[in-house]
Amino acid sequence: MIQDSQIDAFHHVQTAHCENGVTTALLRYHGLEFMTEPLAFGMGSGLFYIQIPFLTVNNGPAISFRTMPGAIFNRTCKSLGVEVKRKKFSNQLAAQDFLEKKINEGVPVGCQVGVFHLTYFPKEYRFHFNAHNLIVYGVEDGKYMVSDPVMEDVTTLSREDLTRVRFAQGPLAPKGHIYYPEKVGVISDDLIRKGIVKGINRNVRDMLRIPGNFAGVDGIRHTANHIRKWRDKLGLKKASLYLGQIVRMQEEIGTGGGGFRFLYGAFLEEAAAYLQDERVAVISEDFTKAGDMWRASAIKMAGIYKGRLTEQKDFEDVADMLVDIRGVEKDAFQKLAKLNLCK
Amino acid sequence: MRCHPFHCFPILFTTMKKEDLPQDPGALDKFTREVCYVKNDDGKYETVLSRGWEVKKDALDSAWVDVNERIEDARQAVIRGEKSPIYYFMELRLMDITVLSGYTGFFGFFIKRHMKPSVFKVLSENKLAKYAQAFDISVNELKIFKG
Repeated sequence: MIQDSQIDAFHHVQTAHCENGVTTALLRYHGLEFMTEPLAFGMGSGLFYIQIPFLTVNNGPAISFRTMPGAIFNRTCKSLGVEVKRKKFSNQLAAQDFLEKKINEGVPVGCQVGVFHLTYFPKEYRFHFNAHNLIVYGVEDGKYMVSDPVMEDVTTLSREDLTRVRFAQGPLAPKGHIYYPEKVGVISDDLIRKGIVKGINRNVRDMLRIPGNFAGVDGIRHTANHIRKWRDKLGLKKASLYLGQIVRMQEEIGTGGGGFRFLYGAFLEEAAAYLQDERVAVISEDFTKAGDMWRASAIKMAGIYKGRLTEQKDFEDVADMLVDIRGVEKDAFQKLAKLNLCK
Repeated sequence: MRCHPFHCFPILFTTMKKEDLPQDPGALDKFTREVCYVKNDDGKYETVLSRGWEVKKDALDSAWVDVNERIEDARQAVIRGEKSPIYYFMELRLMDITVLSGYTGFFGFFIKRHMKPSVFKVLSENKLAKYAQAFDISVNELKIFKG
């Protein structure tokens, strides 16, 4: 049976973050054995910081430590000359049929889903968050075989449950979004090196030169300035919840800890080996430091939302820590910019 | 005299190593462990599975304390006759107006109106059915509020 052999050929990959995982597993399936999570993350210029103005998510500030959903998969594939097919649907039946067709052809596909109705997730994690990604790679006993990159093992979803999460509603509604690599060419080491350099340069641009003060490294200072005002403006209780939200975004499943900074450090380490450039490995240390500092700030914030720390000074301390982190990250990206990598 | 923030956490002056990775059981414990990137003895990155971190768990717990308070407040508001059950079920399902609008197809403006008990009383079966479906309950459960 052809289908079976296809299913055998697909290997589940557990990663820190879902979109990296989908990218890594699908590209490996298509023969790109060298692909790793840090490489996918770095080539896709995944590191970011933004506090989206005027928007609240789950009654807290809308903060993200990584680039926008879908960008990592797109950019990494594009750098490697991999053609990508994506489709969204207004009709649920059409979405079901298309998925069915792809699975029958033996093609594993990435799906964007909402986690609120994701039955295998623990209840505590099921908020209305619509930018989760998983791979559907087969069907067995009327159930879809699912490879969710944040899980240790593969799992299954019934047809109804899968359709439900594919058509979750609210901000970033997936609309049945399905995507997969369509055509993969020959990939030389040179192409990989080019992709790495492009990924780094684009990340430098996003973090240092993005306009506005609420994104990139300046976004971190922007949040710091907000934190200084939260206690007076919102009251201690709400201000504490807001800090909890920052930590949840930073340390949520799918970050690998440290708000993706360790992951970027791991990428630069791999990049240094590909580029044969020791300077890149040295800068990797700066991101490790930034990751450690993010974790230290999370510990301080935890003191506040656990009710142990209550003074304005504690909020000021957190803000100061973020300003320090901004300094470290700005410095690190400036160093990367100065390398003038071009291959 | 202000102390530098990091003086409070001397342990974090050194980079997190494999053996320092927290393994605090949390909500994920029966579900999966998560991949974390840490430094090994050679100073290189590698991945290790973690059961969780207390700081994270506390953040999630405090979010749930807030959610449960909101649900309780909503319940009281419905009992007092200030809000319709739509408001309670919206909170119960962790939704806000935007999300509920997505699931029902109603504009936020109308949803806010439907949260008034007087307007709710005269809502058509059709509209009630849309809300019931969004909340995963029957129309009767929506109409007859049991708290």
